[in-house]
Amino acid sequence: MRRLLMAVAFFAASAIALAFLALPLLALLTHRSPGTLVSELNNPVVGDALLVSLKTSVIAQALIVLFGTPTAYLLATRRFPGRTLAITLVELPIVLPPAVAGIGLIVAFGRLGLLGGVFSALGIDVSFDQAAVVLAVMFVAGPLYVRFAVAAFGAVDPELVMASRTLGAGPLRTFFRVVVPLAGGGLAAGAALALARGLGEFGATIMFAGSLQGVTQTLPLAIYAEFDNNLDVALSIAALFVIITGAILLSLKLTSVWHSSRSDSRYRAASFASS
Amino acid sequence: MALLSVRFALPRREFRLELALELDGVVALVGPSGAGKSSVLSVIAGIVRPPHGRVALDDEVWLDSERGINLAPDRRRVGLVFQEYALFPHMTVRQNVAYGGRDRVDELLARFELAGLAAARPAALSGGERQRVALARALAREPGVLLLDEPLASLDSRTKASVRDELAALLPELGLPTLIVTHDYEDAVALAGRVGVLVAGELRQLGRAEELLTRPADAFVASFTGANVLAGRAARRSGGLTEVVLESGELIRSTDALDGEVDVVIHPWDITLSGVEPAAEPGLRPNQVRAEIAAMTRVGGRVLVAIGPLRVELTGAAAAELALAPGVVAVASFDPALTRLIARA
Repeated sequence: MRRLLMAVAFFAASAIALAFLALPLLALLTHRSPGTLVSELNNPVVGDALLVSLKTSVIAQALIVLFGTPTAYLLATRRFPGRTLAITLVELPIVLPPAVAGIGLIVAFGRLGLLGGVFSALGIDVSFDQAAVVLAVMFVAGPLYVRFAVAAFGAVDPELVMASRTLGAGPLRTFFRVVVPLAGGGLAAGAALALARGLGEFGATIMFAGSLQGVTQTLPLAIYAEFDNNLDVALSIAALFVIITGAILLSLKLTSVWHSSRSDSRYRAASFASS
Repeated sequence: MALLSVRFALPRREFRLELALELDGVVALVGPSGAGKSSVLSVIAGIVRPPHGRVALDDEVWLDSERGINLAPDRRRVGLVFQEYALFPHMTVRQNVAYGGRDRVDELLARFELAGLAAARPAALSGGERQRVALARALAREPGVLLLDEPLASLDSRTKASVRDELAALLPELGLPTLIVTHDYEDAVALAGRVGVLVAGELRQLGRAEELLTRPADAFVASFTGANVLAGRAARRSGGLTEVVLESGELIRSTDALDGEVDVVIHPWDITLSGVEPAAEPGLRPNQVRAEIAAMTRVGGRVLVAIGPLRVELTGAAAAELALAPGVVAVASFDPALTRLIARA
C-alpha cells in the first residue's frame, strides 16, 4: 500500500511539474490561431528583428568559438597560478543578472566608460550600435561555451595526446586530429547552448545597445516593444522563439545520442557527464 | 643495429631515479610497481624531462641537459606502446595505424593480421587485437627505438600466453633497440635477451636471464627471479665448504666461500622432497631441511609446496607418488653446489 502511495505521489508531482512548464509554452502557440501567428510574421518589425538577431548571433558566435576555444583548452590542460581565479572569471557572467552585465558594458566600453576615450579617439562608438549587441551577447553567452569547452577538453585522456605526440604529430596536428574530435560533443553542446542563450539575450542588450528597430532591436527586444503596441506580433515572435530554441535543444540531444552510439567513447561520454 | 644510450637522474617523490643504459637488442626492465620503470620510458620518449641526463640514438641527440638540447616527443624517433594501448577511439584501425605513418599501412595491417579489422573501431576489438594495432601504429611511425610499457599486463591470462609467444618471436625480427617495462620476471625473461632489475629507482643488476639466476647481485634480485632467500650466518670450514646456520636453526652447507651475515639463495626447482631422509649416497651429502608441509598449490602440471622456510617446485606426478599433503612432515634436500651465498650489506 505504501509503495503504491509513493508511486502515485511521485507520478502526480511529475505530472504537475511538467504541466506547469508546458502550459505557458502551449498557451503561446494557441492563444491566437496558427494562421494569425504566421501572418503576423510578415510584420516588418519581425523581419527586422530576425535579421538583427541572426546577424549579431552569427558574428558573436564566431568570435566566441574563435577566442573561447583556445582559452578553454589552456584552462583545461595547464596548471598555473591564478587558474581558479580565471575559471571563476569565466563563470561569473553566467550567474550575474544581465542588468549588471549591461551596466558593466556601458562603463567599460560606452562613450564615457573606461575604454570610451580610446574608442572615440579611434572614431569608434560602440554603444547603441550593432557592435554593442554583439558585445552584449558575447559577454553573456560566451562564458557558457567556455565552461562547457573546459569540461570537454578536460575529459580528453592526456595519454591519447601523448600517444599522438610520440607518433610524430606536432601540437597543432594533435589538437585538430585528436583533441577537438574527442571533445567535439562537449564543444557542440556548449556552442548550441551559447547560441540559444545569445538569441534570448535581453537585459544587457537593452541597456547597452538600446532597442532601435532594424539596428539593435533583436527578437526578444521586439517582443518587449510590441507587447504594448501589438500583442499579436509579440505572440508571433514568442512562438517563433519556442520553436527555434526547442529545435536547437532537441538537435543537441539527438546528436549526442548519435555520438554515443557511434563509438564506445568513454571520453566523449565523460565530456557530458563532467560538465 | 643502432645503439640507444640513456643516462639520467630524475628526482621522484620517494627516491631518485638514476639510470645508465646502453640499449641494443631487446632489454626488459623488471621491478615492483613504483620502482620508476615507466618513468624511464617517459624520459626516453620526451614526455618527462629530467633535470640531468642525456639520451641519444647513435649520434642523434634527443636530450642533453648540459647542451640545453631537449627534442619534443614528435621529433624523437620512438615507437611507444602504452600499457592501455592509447588507441584513438574516434578512428578506425586503419586510421589509427595511418596516424603513425601512411607508407606501410597495408603491409603492417597484413603483417599483424588486422586487414579484416581495418574498418573496425578500437572499442570493438579484443585486448590482443588492440595490442597488435598499437604495435602496428608504433611501427608505422618508422621508429628508431621501440618502447613497450607493460605489454602483457592488460591481457587476460589465456590471451597473455599466446601474445607473449608472438611478441617473443616478433621483437628480435624487428632489429630495433627495444626496451620493455614489466613487473613480471617471467614475462621479462620470455621477451628479452637481457633483463635489468630496477628497485626504488636503482638498477640493481642487468644481465642475461641465466646470470640473474646463477649469480644474483643481491637478495632482492634473487627473490625476484623466484628463488628462496633465507637469512643466515656463514663460517668457512675446511674442505672448501661453508657452513651456514639459518635463522630458523638448521645447519646447511654451500660451496661458496663466505663469512658473516649472508643470504642463502636456492631455486625451488633445485630442491627435491622425500617422505623420509634419503639414504646417504656417495659424494657430497645434500643439505636437508625437515619440516611440515604448510600448503600446496597446483599450477598447470606443477605443484608448488611450502615446507618450513622453503618453497619447492615439483611435478604433479612426483607429488602424488610421494603422497604429499599439507600437514605431512617431509624432508627437503638440495645440493650444496647449487646453494648460493650473498653477503648481506
